[in-house]
Amino acid sequence: MAEFEPVLLRRIAKKASPWLDAYRADGGYRALQKALEEMSPGQVVDAVKASGLRGRGGAGFPTGLKWTFLPKDHPGPIYMCINADESEPCTFNNRILMEEDPHQVLEGIILSCYATRAATAYLYLRYEYGRGYRVLQRAIDELYGHNLLGRNILGKDFHLDIFLHRGAGAYICGEETGLIESLEGKRAWPRIKPPFPAVEGAFRKPTVVNNIETVACVTHIIDRGVEWFKSMGVPPDPKNPRDAGSYGPKLYCISGHVNNPCCVELPMGITLRDLVNEHGGGVWKGRKAKGAIPGGISMGIMTEAEFDTPLDFAGPGKVGCLGLGTAAVTVFDEETSIVDVLHNICRFFSHESCGQCTPCREGTGWMLKIAERLRRGQGRLEDLKILEEVGDKIGIMPGTTICGLADGAGWPVKNAIRKFRPEFERYIRSAEKSSLLELVGGH
Amino acid sequence: MATVYVNDKPVDIGNEKLNLIQAAQKAGVLIPHYCWHPALTVVASCRMCLVEVGERKPDGTIVMQPKVVPGCQTPAKDGTVIQTQTNRAVDAQHQTLEDILLNHPLDCPVCDKAGECMLQDFTYQFGSANSRMIDEKNTPPNKPYIGDNVTLFTDRCIMCSRCVRFTREIAGTAELQIVNRGHHSEIDIFPGEPLNNKLSTNVVDLCPVGALCSKDFLYKHRVWNLKTKESVCPDCSTGCSIHLDGNKNIVYRLRPRHNPQAQGHFMCDEGRLGYHYVNSIERFLRPTIRREGKLTPLPWTEIASLVRRGFQSAAQKDGGSAVGVLSPFLTCEEAYLLAKFLKGVSPQARLALGPVPVVGEDDTYPKDRRGRPIEPVKFTIRAEKCPNRRGVEAILRHFQSEIISFEQVVRDAVEGRVQALYLAAGYPPRPSGWVNDSQAQALQRVPLVVCHDLLPSPVSNFAHFVLPSAAWAEKEGTFVNHAGLAQAIHWGVTPTGEVRTDGQVFFDLLERRGLAHAPTVRKEMAAEVPYFAALAGSDLGEYGILLESSHG
Repeated sequence: MAEFEPVLLRRIAKKASPWLDAYRADGGYRALQKALEEMSPGQVVDAVKASGLRGRGGAGFPTGLKWTFLPKDHPGPIYMCINADESEPCTFNNRILMEEDPHQVLEGIILSCYATRAATAYLYLRYEYGRGYRVLQRAIDELYGHNLLGRNILGKDFHLDIFLHRGAGAYICGEETGLIESLEGKRAWPRIKPPFPAVEGAFRKPTVVNNIETVACVTHIIDRGVEWFKSMGVPPDPKNPRDAGSYGPKLYCISGHVNNPCCVELPMGITLRDLVNEHGGGVWKGRKAKGAIPGGISMGIMTEAEFDTPLDFAGPGKVGCLGLGTAAVTVFDEETSIVDVLHNICRFFSHESCGQCTPCREGTGWMLKIAERLRRGQGRLEDLKILEEVGDKIGIMPGTTICGLADGAGWPVKNAIRKFRPEFERYIRSAEKSSLLELVGGH
Repeated sequence: MATVYVNDKPVDIGNEKLNLIQAAQKAGVLIPHYCWHPALTVVASCRMCLVEVGERKPDGTIVMQPKVVPGCQTPAKDGTVIQTQTNRAVDAQHQTLEDILLNHPLDCPVCDKAGECMLQDFTYQFGSANSRMIDEKNTPPNKPYIGDNVTLFTDRCIMCSRCVRFTREIAGTAELQIVNRGHHSEIDIFPGEPLNNKLSTNVVDLCPVGALCSKDFLYKHRVWNLKTKESVCPDCSTGCSIHLDGNKNIVYRLRPRHNPQAQGHFMCDEGRLGYHYVNSIERFLRPTIRREGKLTPLPWTEIASLVRRGFQSAAQKDGGSAVGVLSPFLTCEEAYLLAKFLKGVSPQARLALGPVPVVGEDDTYPKDRRGRPIEPVKFTIRAEKCPNRRGVEAILRHFQSEIISFEQVVRDAVEGRVQALYLAAGYPPRPSGWVNDSQAQALQRVPLVVCHDLLPSPVSNFAHFVLPSAAWAEKEGTFVNHAGLAQAIHWGVTPTGEVRTDGQVFFDLLERRGLAHAPTVRKEMAAEVPYFAALAGSDLGEYGILLESSHG
């Protein structure tokens, strides 16, 4: 572990890191030059496929495989959408990449467009990232000035335009079809699938939607090779044929009750305990941890006893969480009331549910009302059963909603109840009221 | 040929492209649904139609999908297995209903929709009697003015978005949208842009609950007391199939009835709200004769013989001086009987087509935001504001070679060539009226004028006989629309006062015995008039019969 050198974060906090000259001096756009001169688009796709790169946005879908779903020899335009609507709570790795090293991201976008034959890319940026917007726009303008964007890039028969599009800061715009709808100027209601975006996406044309961190990884896969990428991480579990493995470096965000909240780059597969203790500086105020959220709150909750779980794509699933998600870890200490945690989770999802599917629209509202009542000391034991049931039944996995964000709304709730049931029962029996009167970060 | 298995029962769906709801319907199984409507796009958002789906392989094994799927979004293919009764499907439907009812106010006792509400029906069939939510419900404020004809009870809304899709896809004017997010979502309009397109009230029929209500019908009547008849809207030549809802001799509302051969699923507001004259107190209620300048009531029996004798004596001198004007509001059967009577008086008697009201041009939908029509056309409001011009014309053509216009009759009257005039009018009240003052003045020269109409007009002010006519909602018969589609109308209310149906009056004039029974007359007409030969069977069916258009 000691010899690991950050790659994605290599240029963070360096002088003039967002500028093209500095990026080129650090070897930037070497990968693009190499790809355009030596590789066909198909070879780029093959390289990404061989690397085992999985989407960093949360679902962990193999990126190369996603690109192969595009129709072959499509006569019309193909669109690339870059998902920078980083709205999963506790997650900030995309922001750091965009603000500190935009050219790394843009090179990845250009490479991805070359591979997928897309001539237009839309970078969907959440509204709150004002600095990211300014930095990216400046970087894009630089690229147009240096023939790295526009027509005949680097003298080759390859054209590309990148448009920055600012969303209005809704969680649902991070869902890929919700993002496409929002991009088209409509209400961000996720679409019913099929057709999948690869067949009919933005403006009814084949579309790929990739995360910022994913495309940043593409840059380094082309630059350093597939073998380098596969030298890190966790190989697939031979007992599970559906496990695609977790290769490559990953950005972990650490926040919450730790001494040193930060974003670190590590090979996949570090345990949560190591992450918190070595990189997060341990739990604050000398307390012990009560639990943690492994990758954005929609992934569920891990108890302190489960902290030895490796944070790769398969790990959190083994302890009842939904998955790795965005690998944004939030730790809460032993003095945190789990009822307040539950309430905050319910409040977020009730506010952010798009309202299209009945089970999610009404379910999240119901869970919030119950959580509010629990905090007022008016909970009933049967409320726990209802919360668990609603949490179980909303989502794309049981089939009751259109998009997967509903699974993420139910998962932390049922995790909280199942893993901390004694505390809930004690809270309800003693008719305790929450000591936290002011909500943190209330809307 | 494709076979699907609905709850283990094989059903042949042919080569039709159906979703699971439609396929199950063929097997007689109801899959509950809210957001899906056959005329609108699929959004699969209400999640009411969740079922279990699998595939039956050629070797007979069945592979089921591991989760429930929405029936509206899933196409039925050969070998598709649909299970609506499994625990998983029943649980999913049950849960969706519980969710929908969480914030529904359950104010059924004061809700117009109660009795025909899909939420009531499905809760009764698929839901539970109790809600487990003890918290306060969301109570968004109502929006009494969302349009001139429509009001919104925001709290009753279940967010199926049918109304929103209707205004976008059928009307094209897109006045409605959803505002806010999550369980605070609401239907709303933009400020100052109300829902006032000419198809607006269709959203009331589309609304599966009582959220969108018609202001015309609001708090007028409980729907379970209404008697519903199948009829045809008389307000333009599109001839929309409708449900006629009435009770105790009052028409309360009209609703569109699905007819793929006529108009589809919808109807326009003009037709929907144009029925009020049927209930008007201005209508003629008894047959009258003008004596010393005043209209005096006289029994029907005496009137009939007086009218008959008047026409006979006029025809004795000159057959051509007996003239009948047949309005395009008559049913085919009535036109046939009146033509029979006049041609019986004298074969030279002349038959004319009454004035055909035409307003503007055909109005097609959808429209864009600037009001320009867009292809493909999904609904047309026609300029010809009468239901049966083609049917009456077919009768006229059968009995005489040419169709005489009303203007010609007026000119003849000025020249003194009309001795007896039967005006079978039955026109609804319209701003311009069916006859203007100068025409009426010309007709005043005719020695015998019989005005058979619904409401006072310039002609009824001097006519020698004023007979009350029955409105379309009070009679049986056949209308032929612009495309030659013959549809049956049925009475929903009975004529008040001494009013008799027009057919009965013509029966009396013809000295026929018994009651005028429209299907019997239709049979006779079909045998005699080749144009109507296809109507020889007594039943025209739900959708009507498309007549050969060679005659029209």
